[in-house]
Amino acid sequence: MPETNQGRIVGVNGNMITVKFDTFVTQNEVAYAILGDKRLKCEVIRVRGSNADLQVFESTNGLTVGDIVSFTGELLSVELGPGLLTMVYDGLQNPLDQLAKKSGFFLERGVYLPALDQNAKWDFTPSVKADDSISAGDYLGSVPEGIYTHYICAPFDLQGTWKIESISPAGSYTIKDKIASVKSEKGNVRELTMSQKWPVKIPIKCYREKLLPEKTLITQQRIIDTFFPVAVGGTFCTPGPFGAGKTVLQHAISQHAQTDVVIVCACGERAGEVVEILKEYPHLEDPRTGRSLMERSIIICNTSSMPVAAREASVYTAITLAEYYRQMGLNALLLADSTSRWAQALREMSGRLEEIPGEEGFPAYLESLIASFYERAGLVKLNNGKLGSVTVGGAVSPAGGNFEEPVTQATLKVVGCFLGLSKQRADSRRFPSIHPLESWSHYTSLVDKEDIAKARKMLRRGMEVNQMMNVVGEEGTSTDDYVIYLKSEFLDSVYLQQNTFDPVDGASDADRQIHVFKKTIFVLDSKFSFKAKEDARQFFMGLRQMFIDWNYLKFGSDKFKYQEDHINSRLKELANA
Amino acid sequence: MRKVYHKIIQVSGNVISVEAEGVSYNELAEVSTKRGVSLAQVIRLSENKVYLQVFAGSRGVSTNDEVRFLGKSMQISSSQNLLGRIFNGAGVPRDNRPAIKEDMIEIGGPSVNPSKRIIPKRMVKTNIPMIDLFNSLVVSQKIPIFSVAGEPYNELLARIAMQAEVDVIVLGGMGLKYDDYLVFRDTLEKHGALTRTVMFMHTASDPVVECLLVPDVALAVSEAYALEGKDVLVLLTDMTNYSDSLKEIAITMEQIPSNRGYPGDLYSQLAARYEKAVDFDGAGSITVLTVTTMPGDDVTHPVPDNTGYITEGQFYLKNGRIEPFGSLSRLKQQVNGDTRKDHRAIMDTMIRLYANYKETCEKQSMGFSMSQWDNKLLKYGVLFEQRMMDLSVNIPLEESLNIGWKTLAECFDKAETGIKTDMLNEFWPKSETTA
Repeated sequence: MPETNQGRIVGVNGNMITVKFDTFVTQNEVAYAILGDKRLKCEVIRVRGSNADLQVFESTNGLTVGDIVSFTGELLSVELGPGLLTMVYDGLQNPLDQLAKKSGFFLERGVYLPALDQNAKWDFTPSVKADDSISAGDYLGSVPEGIYTHYICAPFDLQGTWKIESISPAGSYTIKDKIASVKSEKGNVRELTMSQKWPVKIPIKCYREKLLPEKTLITQQRIIDTFFPVAVGGTFCTPGPFGAGKTVLQHAISQHAQTDVVIVCACGERAGEVVEILKEYPHLEDPRTGRSLMERSIIICNTSSMPVAAREASVYTAITLAEYYRQMGLNALLLADSTSRWAQALREMSGRLEEIPGEEGFPAYLESLIASFYERAGLVKLNNGKLGSVTVGGAVSPAGGNFEEPVTQATLKVVGCFLGLSKQRADSRRFPSIHPLESWSHYTSLVDKEDIAKARKMLRRGMEVNQMMNVVGEEGTSTDDYVIYLKSEFLDSVYLQQNTFDPVDGASDADRQIHVFKKTIFVLDSKFSFKAKEDARQFFMGLRQMFIDWNYLKFGSDKFKYQEDHINSRLKELANA
Repeated sequence: MRKVYHKIIQVSGNVISVEAEGVSYNELAEVSTKRGVSLAQVIRLSENKVYLQVFAGSRGVSTNDEVRFLGKSMQISSSQNLLGRIFNGAGVPRDNRPAIKEDMIEIGGPSVNPSKRIIPKRMVKTNIPMIDLFNSLVVSQKIPIFSVAGEPYNELLARIAMQAEVDVIVLGGMGLKYDDYLVFRDTLEKHGALTRTVMFMHTASDPVVECLLVPDVALAVSEAYALEGKDVLVLLTDMTNYSDSLKEIAITMEQIPSNRGYPGDLYSQLAARYEKAVDFDGAGSITVLTVTTMPGDDVTHPVPDNTGYITEGQFYLKNGRIEPFGSLSRLKQQVNGDTRKDHRAIMDTMIRLYANYKETCEKQSMGFSMSQWDNKLLKYGVLFEQRMMDLSVNIPLEESLNIGWKTLAECFDKAETGIKTDMLNEFWPKSETTA
């Protein structure tokens, strides 16, 4: 492609450059700043007169006033096609493993590689024939991609109805081989391959309608699925101060959530945490498929030391990939850790643009950007009648652990489920540290509503009694109140808390949750009469231990049933006493 | 010969601007004033105006002083000859010995490709029970000491530096009191650690811009050593001074502040430095231990708060002791399973009992009656503080584990510890079972 449009740098300020352009520019188009033999990727973020401000996705060291910038005319895009699963990308969809092969230990700037393997062969089976009519997003055929059938979609930017002129027969093709050519009503002809590009900041909307998310997404975390459920196609956020276990929780969800595709977007967080995923997931087995967890995952990592502008791009890259798999009728789950870093990247750019700041220096448009990001989630009915979904979970890292700050508040307005992590619970090693009284969810739980209400009431009463006890001491508390306190502590330790690192307790499926919760509610409902507080304490201590042991036994195993009988007889004993 | 510019059009804080052409971003320049020659770095370009931050400060800069651009960005030598030497933030020797100009490398290089990192698995032994036993330090970890002014954090840092089994120590001082600098130097010298140490020192009286360079030069040198296969320990004190310098420059440049005057990119700036900590797949490693003083002991202050989100835990130094609560090593799980098999059991049990002790203390202060169990805890708490928390305790991990068992046996019955039976049978001290 000829260099259509050029400009020259007139200013450099951190990772922002100001460019005087010759003819025209497009908002959000990609440009390259030419520095010797390197081409540094940038994006137009503001135009003023004949000057454009561009954010540079790389270090701007060495750029000089007068350096050439060449505009591409294309918006910041990702490549979509078979081979995305199992990949590890940076925020701009550069494959990290290949980058390491090319440039070694460090991420050299100006090195961009194709996102998808250009030479891999895929076994294509067409599902349309010549003269068929198609429109954007319709399936042209499919290839097997690991555990899924990957449908090759007609370009999402096709307008109106097109006719298939020719389609390749079943066979083995690379993503650059032509597989079809289509003709519009006006007679334009387009040649199609198995891959296509899509601008990341624009949602893929090739579906008939958006549906209300109703089905619970099983994350296998008891406190979430039972108390604060997430829906398939819903949104949730996990704000928490540092050390509250946000990342551990996100990793647990990404491992155990019962969904088809998981996209982990490590956005401005520690590299060490990504390394754990990179090195461990290939060896972990997905119990649903019996294959490696990596086969259902895509990892986007733009860790905190990588260029800030690319951090902003990374969440969009991630959600675009999720939308792409939704078009295939799959359920995709996007976990972004952490959206605060993304917001900070926006703040940095906004500061350099010298925009009038909103609260805490964040730009005024922060809220609408966060809202439109979460709104890209959803359960949809595709044009072919299939259902597909994108569920989005964002970690939020509020400054000072204060939920009143702008990012948390803006996020709370748009999500359907709030899992607030509490420092206090984390300090007393009650994990997952989701606060059982402050969190909320609009989605449907696995278990009966009334039971949940009952359990939450018990927790609230228990907390009140505990506060009272701190003042008047155990002596001044009635035995009845004391039993309420013990019951709430019992519920907390046997049901709300869960050992993420245990293979059995770490993943509790729907049937198990329903079964165990019933038993837990039975205990909460039971009226016990104790002679003294010490008796009550002893009893609940013992019962707690039995339940915790029970949690560590495989559901439905002989040992599990044996332990259940054991618990039943202990409960009966006391009822008779 | 590069062109010399004589017209300085603006002096504001430590930032000057000149009209010049063909200057590139982050390029170095020499500013010659009556006071001497100082380096300066380009921090902004706008049309033909070039903004530079002057390392030696702008005091005494005259509008007709000379600015000469050097055509390169900030570099530092990565030679082996750096060992045993002391420099300032700009890489100029402050030990009256000749400058080193070989193997020059750029500072602030690109970040490491995550796929070239490995999961850290090696422990750094410090002989401090509160670290080794309860919050193990791990090779490639980045971890700050959270503290307040007046606490012996620099002594702690110096001690870890001397005792850690690493190949090279790189010490970066930012805004240090001159006395602290001398103490560091003399301590390392006395213990013979100076020969494997490189020091970059910025004292409180030095120009503020040099403070900003200290972490970058220290980490650039460390990276060069690590790539040669060495295990490097980087000590940086105090990162709050560094952040305050960032704030100063940002305000001078009229950037919009985000929180308490700190620039919006404080997180990214700190992260870019801390993330240099790495265990390379196929080369050495960098472990970063820093000091972050918390103004007013407030952990929600922007500097400790942002730091906490970046680092892999923190050591909380208070009242001259590393507090077991508030301290956390996020990587300890990676190593404490392979030391001695009673390590985790002792770690969990002793902390749990110490937490119980704290509760008992509260009850006691509120005047509630003390049970027999409470009395046991009171005895235990005192012993725990003496034998484990006191910073003067200097024993290897093995020994601190043994002392742990001894302390438990002196205070409690076997069953009261809640430790698994087979572990008790193996480790419970035989002679003290009368307790």
